[in-house]
Amino acid sequence: MIEFKLNGQSVQSDSPEDTPLLWVIRDELKLKGTKFGCGIAQCGACTVHLEGTALRSCKTPLSAVAGLNVTTIEGLDSPQGDALKKAWVDEQVPQCGYCQSGQIMTAENLLRQNPNPTDEEITEYMTGNLCRCMSYVRIHKAIKAAAGGGEVSS
Amino acid sequence: MKLGKQKVSRRSFLAGSVGTGVVMGLGTVLPGCSRETAVEQVAATGGSKSFSPAVWFEVSNEGDIVVNITKAEMGQHVGTALARIVADELGADWDRVSLAHVDSDPKWGYMVTGGSWSVVTSFAMLSQAGAAGRMILIDAAAALMDVDASELTAENSTVSGGGKSMSFAEIVSNGDVSRSFTDEELAAMPIKAPADRKLIGESTRALDVPEKSRGEAVYGLDTELPGMVYAHPIMAPTRYGSTVTSIDDSAAKDIAGYQQTITIDDPSGFVQGMALVIADSFPAAMKASDAVKVDWDAGKTANVSEADIQAEGQRLVDDKTNGTLFVNEGDVSSAMDAAADTMASTYRTSTALHFTLEPQNALVEFKDGKCHVHAGNQWQSLIIPVLAQSLEMEESDIVLHTYYLGGGFGRRLFGDQMIPAAHAARQLGKPVKLIMQRDEDSMFDCVRSASVAKLDAAFDADGNLTAIEHAAAAGWPTLAMAPGFLGDGVDGNGKFDGFSINGSDHWYSIPNQRVRAINNKLAQDSFLPGWWRAVGPGWIAWGVESFMDEIAAKMGKDPIEFRLSLLDGEGRNAGATPMQTGGANRLAAVLADVRDRSGWGRSLPDGEALGVAVSHGQERAMPTWTACVAHVAVDGAKVKVKKIWQTIDCGTAVHPEGAMAQVEGATLWGVSIALHEGTSFENGHVKVRNLDAYTPLRMADVPELDLKLMESSEHPMGLGEPPLIAVAPAIGNAVFAATGKRVRDLPIRLS
Repeated sequence: MIEFKLNGQSVQSDSPEDTPLLWVIRDELKLKGTKFGCGIAQCGACTVHLEGTALRSCKTPLSAVAGLNVTTIEGLDSPQGDALKKAWVDEQVPQCGYCQSGQIMTAENLLRQNPNPTDEEITEYMTGNLCRCMSYVRIHKAIKAAAGGGEVSS
Repeated sequence: MKLGKQKVSRRSFLAGSVGTGVVMGLGTVLPGCSRETAVEQVAATGGSKSFSPAVWFEVSNEGDIVVNITKAEMGQHVGTALARIVADELGADWDRVSLAHVDSDPKWGYMVTGGSWSVVTSFAMLSQAGAAGRMILIDAAAALMDVDASELTAENSTVSGGGKSMSFAEIVSNGDVSRSFTDEELAAMPIKAPADRKLIGESTRALDVPEKSRGEAVYGLDTELPGMVYAHPIMAPTRYGSTVTSIDDSAAKDIAGYQQTITIDDPSGFVQGMALVIADSFPAAMKASDAVKVDWDAGKTANVSEADIQAEGQRLVDDKTNGTLFVNEGDVSSAMDAAADTMASTYRTSTALHFTLEPQNALVEFKDGKCHVHAGNQWQSLIIPVLAQSLEMEESDIVLHTYYLGGGFGRRLFGDQMIPAAHAARQLGKPVKLIMQRDEDSMFDCVRSASVAKLDAAFDADGNLTAIEHAAAAGWPTLAMAPGFLGDGVDGNGKFDGFSINGSDHWYSIPNQRVRAINNKLAQDSFLPGWWRAVGPGWIAWGVESFMDEIAAKMGKDPIEFRLSLLDGEGRNAGATPMQTGGANRLAAVLADVRDRSGWGRSLPDGEALGVAVSHGQERAMPTWTACVAHVAVDGAKVKVKKIWQTIDCGTAVHPEGAMAQVEGATLWGVSIALHEGTSFENGHVKVRNLDAYTPLRMADVPELDLKLMESSEHPMGLGEPPLIAVAPAIGNAVFAATGKRVRDLPIRLS
């Protein structure tokens, strides 16, 4: 039995310790906003926060989060997260949308560490997150807009 | 396969009081213009003769308007675009419009989302449907308000005139809205002039974006049913012909949650030699899949390699007796015999993966004699008959439940992952959720076939281009999955896959042209070829537009001026109204525009250059005109794309923000397939299967983009794929301009 906090709520799982956190979140705890993409931590669709820091849940064993705080897209309520979700709509970012939870979770970390990133810093930070629809131009623009306090160009 | 003989529904437009609102629907066939023209055009390009997107919308007595969307939502915001067409003609208040993505049902007519067809083929029908709804509401309001209908207009969900007005809600609540229309009445329905449109072409936000920005959108992978078990496949050594000889699961028995490993017997033949590991949870299924040992009698393609497939393609294109005639203009043989000079080049493209970020999955439940499939899908009307054959059930007993697609790109035109899930669910007597991990998803992918194209040109004694012969060999997706849609050779001999040759019927006026479409049987036997975003033109243009560049260079002409000189809009290149209005002159216009915007002809630093290419989109019958200039910098073997300009004329852009999003994404797909993506067959399967080695373009690879849609009020054309087509040849041609090295293989790899 492993206990941890998911979006502020205490939760527990009887799954084996090596079970990837992604599937505990999705299938046991029924939060489906975190996605399965490549399974090798290379696409970023499964990104969640552990103690506020982005990590790939598809390669994180359940045992690694015992006693810790995990946040998913459903529980992301920081000012940066709110600004990003708004900017995602304002800039009409998502196409298929499948990667976007992971994009937002990653971008939130960027903005908390670096409230006013340069274009290059955004690109460098976000290049680990694949968008198969290649909505990169708008992802970049939305992060810029969210960093500017949610003001958008259009 | 019965698709080619699909009966065409000829229901009338209906409107009648149903429950608390008026439901309107229709089931006429109709891509675009008139039925006859559309059917002819579609048939001529090897497409469907019967896409029949029956569309329904409902106005409730509270004024809420629900537009039923029969197209798959996979990132193109198709529901928003289609609903805008209906709402504009209806005179609806857009804020009262919502979408319902419907499950499969024969009443919707033919269900397919692909080919960049959705807006093109739905536009006339949805416009007529909206206009018919407006007429019903106005006539009912006229009676209620005692005002002559000719004085009334509908706007913002209100009918007004003669000093009176009434909301749609009031009309539906109190009026007589029972009405039906014949096909003829529908076809004659007065449609708004472009200048009168209120919604089409205007800025709006896509209705699917908010939930996709909060992690709330539901994809196939997210569905569950009580009592379900998980299945994970163990892939056979080959796509076809392998049979399981033994299964040893002794090492899996200790894995908590492991249940058993099963095989299935698929009469459709699309799933052969697959074992399915069944478990309580997906993590247990994954772990057990690594522990279960399966032995097979391997199919005969177990040793096939990419080189074998390409060598067979080369053999096929080198023999001028091979293939089905797709274009035969003038007299190529005489022109070749009379030529004072000739040139020839061969172009090749590698196998490419769809790599939808949502891996293939399906949840299947048998209930009350019906097979319920929960999964994202682009072509319900294709997979339902296959499932019926595989399960030996009636088509009417199979229901596909609709979800968002975590990427389509053509991969989900075929729902073959539903087959093993359905067999497992039936065998086990409980719902089964099958999920593929990425390696299995790639091995089971209907990949973009490797291809070989050979182009020959003839010149007269004055150096004028007199003829081009083009032969292209690849695996044919349509032959494998939808043979009823193969086209007939222009001389009446043989069949061709339009989705593996479209684009070779370009809009350049060249007196003698011959195109032969050739099926690479080794490819066909070794894997399931797929429709990959931009399909035929996506790789055909690599040959055509690279070769045009080579010809310009040989003739000492500027690549753009040379192309413009051939885009004269004469003869067959004048184009037919309304789909091709303007013909090649519109292609010339986008090319001239991108020439001017890119500063074509300016001097650049050493190792940098501009390259150009054009395309007419997916099909000659429904051209989207694109012209692309790429700015590359070449340093040794490294090619960097600094900037891409595109000018695109898709006629009316119904939903401009969504249209531009498609242009952005498809343009970057073009860069990705030019430089970043490619796999190869090795020992019967694709070798590169996951992101550790398959490397689609990332944010750091994004070049500067300068993308423009031409202002136009012409008939809307498709946009999901066409902006991809010209990008790779523009990059290749820029590499030549920068280095003098001609690249003829995709992806581009300089040594």
